[in-house]
Amino acid sequence: MSATFLSSEFFHNYKRNASAIAGSIILIIFAVIVVAGPLFVAQDPYDVGQLNLLDSYKPPVWLEGGDPRFLLGTDGQGRGVLAGILYGTRVSVMIGVTAMLMSCIIGTTAGLLAGFYGGRLDAAIMRIADIQLSFPSMLIALFLMSAFGTGIDKVLIALTAVGWVVYARTVRGSTLSEVQKEYVQAARVAGLRDAKIIRRHVLPNVMTPLIVVATVQVGTFILIEASLSFLGVGVPITQPSLGLLIKNGFDVLFSGLWWTSVFPGLFIMALVFGINLFGDFLRDELNPRLK
Amino acid sequence: MAEAKTADATASETLLRVEDLRTWFHTFSGTVKAVDGVSFSVKRGEIMGLVGESGGGKSVVGFSILGLIDPPGKIESGVIEFNGENLKDAGDARLRDIRGRDIAMVFQDPMTSLNPLHTVGEQMDEMLRLHTDMDASQRHARCVEVLEDVGISRAADRLKAYPHQFSGGMRQRVVIAIAMLAQPKLVIADEPTTALDVTIQAQILKLMRRQIRDNGASMILVTHDLAVVSEMADHITVLYCGKVVERGPTDDVIRRPSHPYTRGLIDSIPNPAHRTARLKQIPGAVPDIRKLPKGCNFQDRCPRVGAVCRESEPPLVATGARAHACHFPLKEGETQ
Amino acid sequence: MLGYTIKRLLQMIFVLWIVSVIVFLMMSFTGDPVFMVIPIDSTQAEIDQARRILGLDRSLFEQYLVFMNGMLQGDFGRSYVYRQPAMDLILERLPATMEIVVVAMIFAALVAIPLGVYAGANPNRTASRAIMSGSLLGISLPSFWVGMMLIFLLAVQWQIFPSSGRGDTVEFMGLKLSVLTLDGWYHIILPSLTLSLATMAIILRITRAGMMEVMRQDYMKFARAKGVSRRGVLYGHGLRNALIPVVTIFGLQLGDLIAFATITETIFAWPGLGKLLIDSIYRADRPVIVVYLMLVAFIFVVINFIVDMVYTWIDPRITVK
Repeated sequence: MSATFLSSEFFHNYKRNASAIAGSIILIIFAVIVVAGPLFVAQDPYDVGQLNLLDSYKPPVWLEGGDPRFLLGTDGQGRGVLAGILYGTRVSVMIGVTAMLMSCIIGTTAGLLAGFYGGRLDAAIMRIADIQLSFPSMLIALFLMSAFGTGIDKVLIALTAVGWVVYARTVRGSTLSEVQKEYVQAARVAGLRDAKIIRRHVLPNVMTPLIVVATVQVGTFILIEASLSFLGVGVPITQPSLGLLIKNGFDVLFSGLWWTSVFPGLFIMALVFGINLFGDFLRDELNPRLK
Repeated sequence: MAEAKTADATASETLLRVEDLRTWFHTFSGTVKAVDGVSFSVKRGEIMGLVGESGGGKSVVGFSILGLIDPPGKIESGVIEFNGENLKDAGDARLRDIRGRDIAMVFQDPMTSLNPLHTVGEQMDEMLRLHTDMDASQRHARCVEVLEDVGISRAADRLKAYPHQFSGGMRQRVVIAIAMLAQPKLVIADEPTTALDVTIQAQILKLMRRQIRDNGASMILVTHDLAVVSEMADHITVLYCGKVVERGPTDDVIRRPSHPYTRGLIDSIPNPAHRTARLKQIPGAVPDIRKLPKGCNFQDRCPRVGAVCRESEPPLVATGARAHACHFPLKEGETQ
Repeated sequence: MLGYTIKRLLQMIFVLWIVSVIVFLMMSFTGDPVFMVIPIDSTQAEIDQARRILGLDRSLFEQYLVFMNGMLQGDFGRSYVYRQPAMDLILERLPATMEIVVVAMIFAALVAIPLGVYAGANPNRTASRAIMSGSLLGISLPSFWVGMMLIFLLAVQWQIFPSSGRGDTVEFMGLKLSVLTLDGWYHIILPSLTLSLATMAIILRITRAGMMEVMRQDYMKFARAKGVSRRGVLYGHGLRNALIPVVTIFGLQLGDLIAFATITETIFAWPGLGKLLIDSIYRADRPVIVVYLMLVAFIFVVINFIVDMVYTWIDPRITVK
């Protein structure tokens, strides 16, 4: 398996593509942060017992008044900015990936059903999708959050509610063209159960375009979550994501305490940029039209 | 004195002379020598058929003449002498003058060669605006005239229509009209009927021939269809893997081909006289042009292949009006 | 044409009706608005009375009928917080939001279309690669963070632009506009720039993709074979074809801009709809949220209709049925 992968055209092109490599390096770094982030800082930013108000608003170490315990400075509660970022990245990535998986499962199922059975079910699903698509996802998410109230579970629901549509549409389209093909017709004639036909024959053939959608969607979700949290309708303050850290920093930005908001922003930017670099490469590789 | 005059007349009889043209495409997976040392010439008023299977580099010859080769393609070497001027070294501004006015092109697929967002009139007018001093009403009159020439009725009304409102055959008529607008000396037609319905192919070909003859122009007819060429062309040049394998006067080449490849092409033409006979096909497929074998490019598909064919590439040998590049050319009347 | 317009209008009304149902249902799940209108120390009897006055004691279906009935008569309810008609509040703030949205869209189009055409026509040049990396960065940036950085650098550190507010406005045809005064422009630049970044990046990428697709088309080569210059082919034959997908995305982007204006307005204390929405969400000011959503829905269906019209205008192959 690995030998065939290493000699594949995909890997060959990957090796030649500087931005794809840069993107995956960024993603690997973030994977390490998500898995082992807390090991890099001594302080647990969620543990009130470890916070000391005397440490509040310390600048990054390279500035005057910096404290070697807090590489990137501290916020108003004496919480290390780096510690906050490492824990916050976990929250952001977890939300982005989970919401993507939920959207993918629900959207793919809806698309398969719509494409395979057609008729009223198809019409209903696609009508909902159409109406929803004419509204920006940010607005829908904002609206849902304002109805639900804050909380990670609610953010996940809101993101899934805006995210499933794109899978449903893509999958429905490719399912429609798969169903027309002779092998599916033959399987139907042979009396195979629908569930089996979908799982064996349709699903594997409609998955490829989803990979790109899913990759890029994680980035989009992380940004939407950050925006919601920035507006105060996202994650709760007890579990700050990168977006909420920026919001907390915004309140003191005008006093010149820039490090509390600049660094979390740089981390979001790097994370989403890495995802998009890699997603772009996948799009070029997996889209046969451009080859 | 008399001799000089003859030589002069012969020289000016030749409209286009292509000598040792090489157009290569430098891709990641290797250099594609799409055109590799092609030579031929086109006389004034002559129709020259450029024949070969798809992937044989025929179209690239046409684009090379007009300097329309885009990266990663490049004209590596050769002479393209048109009306006494070497187009290979002409600048882009000069080439723009020549394109459309002196040398016009007709593309393969009329469905895609017209801009969908401009009216037929706008696209015709553009040609005249670029290449003539006519004022708007003169241009309009000329467009109507040429459109009627190619057999489109109510031409003045049709100028206001968009391409999608025409059928495929009608669109190809429009494309031909555009090509003839500025009265070019040479028309390069790249598979002009391949994309069309069989029933209208003959009409379009007849139309093209009449247009060329009426305007005293010459034409290079690029096609894979030897049957089309045998009806239309005065001379034939057969290409295989970017190289000329045979050329000569049409009737002569069709009646007694020298190269086994030409023979194969002729045998694969459906013959109404022998309807029961199975069509012969040339075995195998055109080889990957990036990995050509040593020796003759046709060796793996050739029924007459010998040891020498796998060693050395046969040169193009000229005898009179004919030329062929084969170690074991067919004798007159000989079948494979 | 008339038939098509009528069909579209009916469709638009249908969509708005669906939206009204959804908005109504969602709103009834949010916190109890009674507590917004009564004093904290009210008795249960007072609470019940307030409920009756607001109509909250009736069934959901009855409440919806009342809600619809009001809307059809142009009564969208009164804000619990401001104690004035919610529609008036919204309409008062609308020009400010439209201003930054329109200016942001113009910024985005002016920068993105030429760069996108260039990058699509010369995909292998270093400059094109730089443009593409820049645009990728543009869609990777959290826009609120960019706004904050702009404020911090250009308003706080270097004090070139003001950090918040709308500046001087001038009354024009009954609307208060700041784009008509110099001070207004001075205030509008940073918020609009912040808002435009993501849209700029997306329009750029779509233009480039469209241009690359168009560059492969036969009619481009046919135009060159006619003797049209490279520039002429690019702009005369290519651009209009390449812009068809851009027009499609234009409507969606306008929607996104209105949505993201909520964030930009919060950062720059821009007195527009978005800020009103966020404030209303914090205070559970239900009628204002409802009117906002209905108005935005209305704007979207109108934009989509216009986009389809523009579509038939630039692409003669599409005929309205």
